[in-house]
Amino acid sequence: MRAWLPALLRLALLVLLVVFIASPGWFEPLLRPLTENGAPAIYNQGSLLTLTLLHLRTVLVATVAATIVAVALAILVTRPAGAEFLPLSRSLVNIGQTFPPVAVLALAVPAVGFGEKPTLIALFLYGLLPIFENALTALTTLPGNVMEAARGAGMTGWQRLMKVELPLSAPVILGGIRLSVVISLATATIGSTVAAKTLGEVIIAGLISNNLAFVLQGGLIVAALAVLIYDGLSAIERYAARRMGREAE
Amino acid sequence: MTLRFDKLGVVIAAIVAYAAFAAPFATFRANRIVPGQARSVLEALPAALGTLLLAILIIGGIVALLRTPLVLRLAASVITLAALAILIGVAGGLLTPAGNTFARIAPASGFWLLIFAFTLLLADVLTRLDLSPSARVGVLAVAALAIGALLVSGSWDSLSILKEYASRADSFWAEGSKHITLALGSLAAAVVAGVPLGILCHRVEALRAGVLNVLNIIQTIPSIALFGLLIAPLGWIAAHVPGAAAAGIRGIGTAPAFVALFLYSLLPVVANTVVGLAGVPRAANDAARGMGMTDRQRLFDVEFPLAFPVILTGIRIVLVQNIGLATIAALIGGGGFGVFVFQGVGQTAMDLVLLGAVPTVALAFAAAIILDAVIEMTSTKRRADSE
Repeated sequence: MRAWLPALLRLALLVLLVVFIASPGWFEPLLRPLTENGAPAIYNQGSLLTLTLLHLRTVLVATVAATIVAVALAILVTRPAGAEFLPLSRSLVNIGQTFPPVAVLALAVPAVGFGEKPTLIALFLYGLLPIFENALTALTTLPGNVMEAARGAGMTGWQRLMKVELPLSAPVILGGIRLSVVISLATATIGSTVAAKTLGEVIIAGLISNNLAFVLQGGLIVAALAVLIYDGLSAIERYAARRMGREAE
Repeated sequence: MTLRFDKLGVVIAAIVAYAAFAAPFATFRANRIVPGQARSVLEALPAALGTLLLAILIIGGIVALLRTPLVLRLAASVITLAALAILIGVAGGLLTPAGNTFARIAPASGFWLLIFAFTLLLADVLTRLDLSPSARVGVLAVAALAIGALLVSGSWDSLSILKEYASRADSFWAEGSKHITLALGSLAAAVVAGVPLGILCHRVEALRAGVLNVLNIIQTIPSIALFGLLIAPLGWIAAHVPGAAAAGIRGIGTAPAFVALFLYSLLPVVANTVVGLAGVPRAANDAARGMGMTDRQRLFDVEFPLAFPVILTGIRIVLVQNIGLATIAALIGGGGFGVFVFQGVGQTAMDLVLLGAVPTVALAFAAAIILDAVIEMTSTKRRADSE
């Protein structure tokens, strides 16, 4: 019985989330007590469905870009030609992590204007770090005997990378992507302080008009999305790890 | 002798060439919100100084480009950064029309790119020098003193970000101390609550998954939502618990920000305590038990000292994260440097944004370097002790 309980809970959360986003009106009585002076209980300045989709799109675009750049960089610094960049890239990643997202967002505004672009830049920069870190760990800790065997089998550097190194690293890299997606989902809400169309708009509208129902629904949708996506990516990661014969952490 | 190129140096030299000759050095704006006009190095500085700066930049770029000794690269990066820092102040003074208090002179993209390029060179040199932890803190202190000296000497006073500061000096320090109180106070609370909770989770396996899952879910709630959601319960406490309002607990302001930062801080502290304690070698525990140590003695004399560097890593994550997150407290009236960031965004006054963002980044950066050094010192000390 224990085994299917978490799966059932997740399914219930997913159904609840989809129903809420599709027709939030049904939940109006639940949120009503949180409002004052007859303020609307359900966000009414735009559709929650559209905002959720835009939120997800922003995170997706930023994560895909971050994954490509981070993995390419990790590959570069683990090749003999780029090996001298390895220590520097480590320190840069460390330094990058100290920049607060709000600062990145606000500083990107003069360069690219208000809206979705500064959010994409901030999410991209934030997403880079965990993926790069994990890709680097994976590529530098490959089992020596496997690499030896690949070399012995006469594989070229490119073949080794595509057929041995990357597939073996995939589970750990996926772990980095999962971390980065969860961070981005939450950080994207801050993007609405510079007029990006994300679920943060709902939360900020709530903060401005002192409407807790807005804050709650915006926050809960993002949290539910994060939990579900985190679990989904964990499952993919376990599957990849099993296929590669590496134990998932 | 053949000349050999440094790979990173090629990148740095390319950035320097573009930034010094094709990008603006400073921008001039008639007031704080209008778009600015670009000024190149030679337009912003008198001919002699401008030529001197360009010469320094070219030499610095060449030192970076070629494979040169580390000492030379260190000198080139430090001298160039110092020249840039001093001359941008000179440019600010010269570009401001006499007696005009509305005009704003700000460093432009070329200046920032040059700073970036030579900081990259400096970072590369420092990484390659593989400094000891105390030396790294020393470098940080020297850099902080140099920047402090430039600020105190007034040579940057003509720059726009300091003009913003000049008109709000009092609130800058007030918000700054609020920011630090929020970040450090919530960290202290998280350590006081989180370390015992982590020990409990380590000892009682049944609790572990549950506690870590709840803390994980808290981390997924977006910060602005968590800050907002705490307004209601804290407002209720202030209204209904005697003495709470007198103790400063209010629905909006510092209290919800403090609680939100505390909640975010718990996961790294608890998780690292659990990981650190789990990583204590079985042999050490067995030996302690064999010596007849009680559970309590074992915890304080064996497990805790061995797990300390890992717990410290959790504290480092929390401190850097809290310094960044505390900027969001401004959205719910909690104060901190975020006040200037959000005011600046609202007024599209980027100098004001910088006034909030630059100290935040500097604080987070300094905290990361200092704690990294402490972590390295404790873990090498432990290794040295055990040998």
